[in-house]
Amino acid sequence: MSLLELRNLRVTYRSERGDVPAVRGVDLTIERGQTVGLAGESGCGKSTIAGAVLRLLPKDTLVEGSVLLDGEDVYAMKPGQLRAVRWSGAAIVFQGALHSLNPVRRIGGQIEEALLLHAVDLGLDRGQARRRVGELLERVGLRADRARSYPHQLSGGQRQRVLIAMALACEPDLLIADEPTTALDVMVQAQVLALLAELQLDRGLALLFITHDLSVLNSTCERLVVMYAGRVVEEGPSRELFADPRHPYGRALAQAFPTIGDPASRMHPSGLPGDPPDPAALPPGCPFHPRCDVAVDECSTVDVSLRDVSAGRRAACVHVEVTT
Amino acid sequence: MSDLLRWSDVHVTFPNGSRSGVVRAVDGVDLTVAAGEVLALVGESGCGKTTLIRSVLGLEPVASGSIDFDGEVVTGNRRALRSLRRQVQMIFQDPTGALNPRQTIYEAVAEGIRIHGVAGREVDLVAEALSRAGLRPAERYMPRYPHEVSGGQRQRVLIAGAMVLAPRLLLADEPVASLDASIRGEILALMRSLVDDTGISIVAVTHDLGLAWNIADRIAVMYLGRIVEIGDAEAVLADPQHPYTKALLSVVPEADRLEQQILVGETPDPAAIPSGCRFHPRCPLVASGEAERLGILDRCLGVDPALVGTDPGRAVACHQTVTRGVRHHA
Repeated sequence: MSLLELRNLRVTYRSERGDVPAVRGVDLTIERGQTVGLAGESGCGKSTIAGAVLRLLPKDTLVEGSVLLDGEDVYAMKPGQLRAVRWSGAAIVFQGALHSLNPVRRIGGQIEEALLLHAVDLGLDRGQARRRVGELLERVGLRADRARSYPHQLSGGQRQRVLIAMALACEPDLLIADEPTTALDVMVQAQVLALLAELQLDRGLALLFITHDLSVLNSTCERLVVMYAGRVVEEGPSRELFADPRHPYGRALAQAFPTIGDPASRMHPSGLPGDPPDPAALPPGCPFHPRCDVAVDECSTVDVSLRDVSAGRRAACVHVEVTT
Repeated sequence: MSDLLRWSDVHVTFPNGSRSGVVRAVDGVDLTVAAGEVLALVGESGCGKTTLIRSVLGLEPVASGSIDFDGEVVTGNRRALRSLRRQVQMIFQDPTGALNPRQTIYEAVAEGIRIHGVAGREVDLVAEALSRAGLRPAERYMPRYPHEVSGGQRQRVLIAGAMVLAPRLLLADEPVASLDASIRGEILALMRSLVDDTGISIVAVTHDLGLAWNIADRIAVMYLGRIVEIGDAEAVLADPQHPYTKALLSVVPEADRLEQQILVGETPDPAAIPSGCRFHPRCPLVASGEAERLGILDRCLGVDPALVGTDPGRAVACHQTVTRGVRHHA
């Protein structure tokens, strides 16, 4: 049984201006201990998926399809069961560590809160929970006495570590990291990525890593999934996909950050013209066609679904030959 | 190429609130920017790179040293600063925060024209600046508000607002750090084309070495208020010499070819700059025992290394480089 399975997930936000389809039929599977990178630009629906997995979306949001965590439908769970799954089944590390922590509480207390919510399941009393906070902080490379610090006393990288410690508190099987390094400096980003890789190895943690930076995902994940306008447009093993993307959007993302030393990108930044489409008013046909440099007439009318490229690789583009 | 801008032994300090302490944000920088070049100023948060570019516009208190623009000293020279504020424009990391949400794009670009009394018909100037920044047709963008356009377009509005004043220098503080990866290249291409077409100079502050590879002629690497390595962008990126530059390059996600040198800890505090080489507490040469083997450890711990020339246009502040026997930087 897969650890996480999304089956034809569709998420529609209700707004005053009408319904906004943010996720439009996504299938995604993560096995135990596997690392999957989810890439795409602002508004493509990648963070909505993170929220959908743990039912963290606004109340009136329409969620269709199914989310199975360890075989159980998250949307059929009773409140008590859902609470047990959050933190201990899957936990999320959000972007913007500064804003996710309570500024007027010591960080130790904030980590302890998650532990105490699950104290019965974990078999912890208060004293044990407190000691566990120290262990968790050391686990993410901070001193145990940092528990007494307030968020403002820590740097951005340290706060991000606190959020990771908090997410690990109840020993989840799946960690969802939504842009965990975006606001961080390169060196601190490298520290956080190394920490995530280590945790994944030591604990067999499965990781769903969400960011717009494909090069970061390539260096951390086994599989990559590229989203555009609420759908998966390309997926496959990281190295293969990154080295030879088959969807023009995958290609644009792979080239967005240059390979230093590559003469082709020297004095020649590579970008994608145009802007991400408005989810409330998607272009007809393939939603990518207005920005695509290899679009043909057919692209403005037909939206092709994912096609097999090779074993374990799929792309949704008319230029991928249909195999029979 | 002649020098457009020159920092000479510039120090910027702030009181840090304690009894006697000062924060040495910029701690003795000598640096020039040539006309028509893109200089990437690279370093981690807190290294003083933003303070250094803000000092040009008189936005930071220069404690000692001087800055001259086009051959004229501007530090403490109010008249020169006034004229500088048209000739030197700045763009920021967060275009959303830099635009007034209640002002249309037309107003945002026209504001500078009015303040500086730029000659010409306002609507024509705005239209030309918007199209130059890639917002075409300009008429369609003029009546819109910032929230009605994308993040990449907002950055283009800011660039249009800067370019409408026909500046000679653009100071760009992390110009693409908050933009989507797919948009990044387009904005960088625009910046490079402004330099190639109009001959302005750009100083781009960034922690993204890929940006430097994409658009910069030269790179200056900054650490704790000081330039530690400088040179032609290709030369520095192909063959970094300062251990800090090497470490920064090794952690670029695509740099599979290098063994990662992840420095521990955060950038140290500019209120307590280490003695000797300011990089020594994090230096891999010191940590690995290499510095001791080379017989330079005493100097790493006790002597602040000067920036010395290695090749024409190239200079490094590291005792290891000095031991290779090189001449002083002209």
